[in-house]
Amino acid sequence: MPKDEIKQTFRLVGTRPDRPDGLDKVTGRARYGADFSAPGMLWASVVRSPHAHARIKKIDASKALALEGVKAVVTRADFPEVPAGEYWDLQENTIAGERALYDGHAVAAVAATSQLIAHDAARLIEVEYEILPHVTDVDEAFKMDAPVIREGAADYSVPEGSPPNVVKVLDFGRGDVEAGFASADLVKEGHYTTEATHQGYIEPHACVGQLGSDGKGEMWVCTQGHWYIRRMCAGVLGIEAANLRVTASEIGGGFGGKTTIFMEPLSLALSRKSGGRPVKLVMSRAEVLRATGPTASASMDVKIGMTKDGKLTAATAVFRMQGGAFTGSPVDAALNCAFACYELPAVHHLGYDILANRPKAAAYRAPGAPMAAFAVENLLDEMWGELGLDPLDARMMNAAKEGTKSSYGPTFKRIGFEETLEAAKAHKNLSVKLGPNQGRGVAAGFWFNYNGDTSVSLAVAEDGTAQVSVGTPDIGGSRASIALMVAETLGIEYEDVRVSVVETGALGVNEPTHGSRATFATGKAAVEAAESAIKDMCRRAAKKWGIDEDAVEWVDGAARPAGPNAGKFPPLSIVEIAAKMSSTGGPIAGHYEGNPPGVGESFGTHVVDVEVDPETGRTEILRYLVVQDAGRAIHPSYVEGQYQGGAVQGIGWALNEEYVYGADGRLQNPVFLDYRIPVASDLPMIDTVIVEVPNPGHPYGVRGVGETGITPPLPAVANAIAAATGIRMHSLPISPSKLLAAMNAKRKG
Amino acid sequence: MSKIHVTTTVNGDTVEFLADPRETLLDCLRDKLGLTGSKEGCGTGDCGACSVTVDGVLVSSCLVLGVEAQGKSVTTIEGMDKDGELHPLQRHFVEKAALQCGFCTPGFLVAAKALLDKNPDPTETEVRYWLAGNLCRCTGYDKIVRAVMDAAAEMRG
Ligand code: FES
Ligand code: FES
Repeated sequence: MPKDEIKQTFRLVGTRPDRPDGLDKVTGRARYGADFSAPGMLWASVVRSPHAHARIKKIDASKALALEGVKAVVTRADFPEVPAGEYWDLQENTIAGERALYDGHAVAAVAATSQLIAHDAARLIEVEYEILPHVTDVDEAFKMDAPVIREGAADYSVPEGSPPNVVKVLDFGRGDVEAGFASADLVKEGHYTTEATHQGYIEPHACVGQLGSDGKGEMWVCTQGHWYIRRMCAGVLGIEAANLRVTASEIGGGFGGKTTIFMEPLSLALSRKSGGRPVKLVMSRAEVLRATGPTASASMDVKIGMTKDGKLTAATAVFRMQGGAFTGSPVDAALNCAFACYELPAVHHLGYDILANRPKAAAYRAPGAPMAAFAVENLLDEMWGELGLDPLDARMMNAAKEGTKSSYGPTFKRIGFEETLEAAKAHKNLSVKLGPNQGRGVAAGFWFNYNGDTSVSLAVAEDGTAQVSVGTPDIGGSRASIALMVAETLGIEYEDVRVSVVETGALGVNEPTHGSRATFATGKAAVEAAESAIKDMCRRAAKKWGIDEDAVEWVDGAARPAGPNAGKFPPLSIVEIAAKMSSTGGPIAGHYEGNPPGVGESFGTHVVDVEVDPETGRTEILRYLVVQDAGRAIHPSYVEGQYQGGAVQGIGWALNEEYVYGADGRLQNPVFLDYRIPVASDLPMIDTVIVEVPNPGHPYGVRGVGETGITPPLPAVANAIAAATGIRMHSLPISPSKLLAAMNAKRKG
Repeated sequence: MSKIHVTTTVNGDTVEFLADPRETLLDCLRDKLGLTGSKEGCGTGDCGACSVTVDGVLVSSCLVLGVEAQGKSVTTIEGMDKDGELHPLQRHFVEKAALQCGFCTPGFLVAAKALLDKNPDPTETEVRYWLAGNLCRCTGYDKIVRAVMDAAAEMRG
């Protein structure tokens, strides 16, 4: 679809008003997960395994229960048996059964009248363990003789005779890869590894749960999706979902890590056991790092063939990823994203999902895609460099475009990858001359974007303002962007629309704010809801005027006769119609329930300049450019914010962040001092260019912007380091010590 | 363990509470005084989300004991606006989209104000190093640093 088929200019869409929750958030009034309290509330604390893998022989809570103020202790025995599958996995991860499966795995939990008493009581719970052999490294876990995490966990896709910790195998592709490699002038292979990183949201998980003996309960929780919390808690506890009302607090970051449950069922189980008193449970940072979703670690082999002009002829990828002690590493998405930026005549993907003694992986921003990009974009850069090609030109020559059959199957509709390459090429950063020990790196990235179950309701108030109830928690300004789209559609002011994230009892099921879906799916649903309210208002005007409702149109916030034949009536504004709602048919509302179709993929191109200190191996980011296709930037400031935040998370992954496990299988760095995320003094400003190739599947052209931005930084930084030092790093993070060792080895020859 | 009676000033008001000697100032502010604007991101002095000033000195309130507040003057994010009028930093944070999730925001604002009280004309590098003890996972710091620089410029007039 040509660009101009979607309207290009708007009254409100594309402006930058203050966000509606801004005042609350700069005054400390906004209430996050740990900021809520309830009358009669107890505090909880969790006992966690200090072992990577151990049989739980005995749990003795008698001393804890004897402590004054202690009201209840729960263990796995307080949970119902559930059949194998998602809820069993979630229950097993919430609280260990026969065995503790990783360092930090919850074993018991206690509720008491104060936080201090709860912590003291947790220390009094005695757990007897029999330590078992463990494995935390992905390649070690892939061996035939590795310690077995769980028998019988492999699904149908795993061939007989596979290593025992392989639980899923993916094998797909198209075209004749052997012929493709045979026709290539240059074929190269590389082995790449990335360590697990954590989403690193600054707000630890927190909730207040209440559950009565009648099976009815409530929960206040920081989450990306409270319907998921409801469904998963109900599944784990064996209660009915509709009997649990879940309210999402303001959320202090999630990045995918708050799309599932961790300790929430513990607070409900403790509440039920202490007579229905509300129970507050707040994780410490160490608990967050030890026991909530990091991403997977990866071991990857990539092979690529190209002609001497740099045109790709074939590619293969073999990815091994461990996602902790449960099925669910993002190897699937990693493979699907691996070559998605390019036209490829032949491609083959093979992936292994592997169990290890680590916490259950959760989604992290474009799950799997950054690791895949690190491997693929690294090798491509090396090969195009060898052929003397410009990295942007070479990408342009191979870029996926409208009509390209993607590496993972579907044929792309209108996409904007080429436009991001053009905009990157034109950016001023590209003309900066580099000095000694400096290098420039380019990389591209991709994310599918997503729709998902969505339910939104909109109601017009008596004064013609509008309230919108949505079910996707606002993490980075989505209430502002939804209000902009609704106000644009209704023809009223931005300030006259109030968007609220409502509790699970108020709407149909909503999937979380994940997959870059909120502005696309909730936004589209809200626009549809507004359109149906408009239809109702036009109907009321038609009735008043005594004309056919098809003869009424909605323009600039008012119903008007559509054309001269419809009759001559002065427009009826939303304010006038709303004032008369009671006598013209009652409340005016609109709603949408569905899975809004029309998702549009998003591509990005990043360019980074680095300087490597030859004495220390430390890499400094000098300049950073993010170019990404947003489809349409509804509130450009928050789009830029997503680009900048994604890029910096990727920089952290590339240079600093990693899960470090000791020989004993314990996490060595469960504090921010040692798990070092980027700080302000590590970074320059992050330049952004928002490309807008509207998505024809959304009323305002939105694609979704959250995920793609974390994908290119890993290879972009590695490619820049290669340009600066002549050393191609195949494993992340590229810490100073690792890079210095490589530089020293090179100097020694 | 018996509790200790503490009398202190918070945002200009005299307050009293009973503190266990193990409780941090952050716990006391949040759980005894209901001032939940200061956040706990780490509890180990690494994230700055709990930033407050004690007698004008910027501290991580998770590293200060509640009983240490005896006789001192504590300022938190809740004391930053004056009778509903936002401090220029607060206004610039909203206008410049210097927050996404907003969880780090109270700590950044308190820390940035402490900087501008000392140094009304900081360079970008000075802002970045002063705020290096405040972690933000959402923004990449770009808009935060700009908001602080812009607020400083406005305050200099
Ligand atoms: S909570 Fe105090 S520094 Fe992080
Ligand atoms: S805005 Fe989310 S941590 Fe800073």
